[in-house]
Amino acid sequence: MDKNFAARRRRDLIIAAVLAALAALAPLFIKDVYVQNILILTLMYAALSQSWNILSGYCGQISLGHALYFGIGAYTTELLFTKFGVLPWFGMLGGGVIAALIAMGLGYPFFRLRGHYFVIATIVIAEIGLLLFQNWEWAGAAMGITIPIRGDSWLKFQFLRTKLPYFYFALALCCLAWFVTWWLEDSKWGFWWRAVKDNPEAAESLGVVVFNSKMGAAAVSAFLVAIGGAFYAQFLAYIDPESVMGFQFSLLMALPAVLGGIGTLWGPVLGAAILIPMTELTRSYIGGSGRGVDLIVYGTLIVLISLALPQGLVSLFSRSRAKGVTR
Amino acid sequence: MTALLETRGVWQRFGGLVANSDVSISVGRGEIVGLIGPNGAGKSTLFNLIAGVLPPTQGSIWFDGEDVTHMPAAERCQRGVGRTFQVVKSFETMTVVDNVIVGALVRNTVMREARRKAHQVLEFTGLAARADVLASDLVPAEKRRLEVARALATEPKLLLLDEVLTGLTPTEAQTGVALVRKVRDAGITVLMVEHVMEIVMPLVDRAIVLDLGKVLVEGKPADVVRDPKVISAYLGDRHAVGA
Repeated sequence: MDKNFAARRRRDLIIAAVLAALAALAPLFIKDVYVQNILILTLMYAALSQSWNILSGYCGQISLGHALYFGIGAYTTELLFTKFGVLPWFGMLGGGVIAALIAMGLGYPFFRLRGHYFVIATIVIAEIGLLLFQNWEWAGAAMGITIPIRGDSWLKFQFLRTKLPYFYFALALCCLAWFVTWWLEDSKWGFWWRAVKDNPEAAESLGVVVFNSKMGAAAVSAFLVAIGGAFYAQFLAYIDPESVMGFQFSLLMALPAVLGGIGTLWGPVLGAAILIPMTELTRSYIGGSGRGVDLIVYGTLIVLISLALPQGLVSLFSRSRAKGVTR
Repeated sequence: MTALLETRGVWQRFGGLVANSDVSISVGRGEIVGLIGPNGAGKSTLFNLIAGVLPPTQGSIWFDGEDVTHMPAAERCQRGVGRTFQVVKSFETMTVVDNVIVGALVRNTVMREARRKAHQVLEFTGLAARADVLASDLVPAEKRRLEVARALATEPKLLLLDEVLTGLTPTEAQTGVALVRKVRDAGITVLMVEHVMEIVMPLVDRAIVLDLGKVLVEGKPADVVRDPKVISAYLGDRHAVGA
């Protein structure tokens, strides 16, 4: 039995390595900037969704307010850079730490809420964050912050002539989020989170401090999402509250995981690989103005998936598995 | 030697309802004690107070020489109190062995050791063949055994069993009885709540009968079943006359 388990973990790791290697080679064949752009966004959302999945999938605390942490990552990086000249790499880590601390600060009152009440609280808090940033003069208020571009530089993580560095960073972030999940899945925390999700009362009786487990999941999840936010800000070179903290980011973190399989290792990557290119393509070929048709398309998709495959797309693969961890 | 578990003058009120009034019981090391009584006697309330689901309104609870009255359930588990739930609470999306690993992680921080411990416990409880099945796919009797397995994996000094034998077929119940004996033989003290007298009485060393929130009688099972107060509590006063 244990051999099966170890073999499955090793196989997951090998598949991930192969996929990452293939993805790393993709720019050799894909020269089109528009397509590269889609690839970058897909990798970024895969990473974000993977991070969201830690709190909401494994630990079962559904958050629709992760845009807050995304925005905090973006704003921390750019404020530190434009106001104090701190390199984005440090801003990125700082943003991650701040987001993790805020996630725990918010968790303190909100992890006492159950089910829908928790979800509503996360939405409200993210909206409050958005309003605060829209009115915060020092942080650019609704006008936002334009990042001064002085040419291609790894040090300042900004590139004008090529998108490839962004692509490789997004790939690395995606690999990191996946690997963290893979590693946590077979750890004390991973087991605690799944127990808390399935039955908090039973978990408590088995020595799991439910509250602390949720706090841990929130911190890891928010940290990784904030790194994604910092990346996105550098990628756009311009941020305003709506474009890094809008509700659509919360949705775009949740949907790939839900589509692919919530609380599973491969769900977010699979979901993002389908959903994000589809969103971008419908947006440019049908949507025109941006939001509208694309939302209808993936709204419909989610409804269909939840009716036909409530466990997500990965359940198509896991059915043949002897071990149903992913179910 | 001091008792492993002791409740001292425990009261529990829910609004106007008094579920436990002045309950003082003790459980010695290595004993199997049955906590019995008719429906609504306050057994489950007392059980939950001991397990740490909620603190009593009044009185104190002592475990292993320590006042645990206000200690949360998770911490009590770390001290050596294991429990099962009357309405089974398996981790349904996890496999049987993963369910047990959650318990084993209390004393084993290294995953490989926790996994080994979990397999040992599954062997002990007769669930080894079902290790890789999802908990949601178990039949009810197996789920009950999984509850016990999970609690045993925490390596408790005291195992609290909440109606683990109720609602089983006679064969299943006999397997359950054998398992409880095996647990005690492994050096674990057992306090079990049951209301099916004929199953528990041959099993327990001592029985404590609760009625209307109070301790009615306690003693050897053979004496308890003949006690007129017990008969009247279960069957009504009319039947107690002849006893």
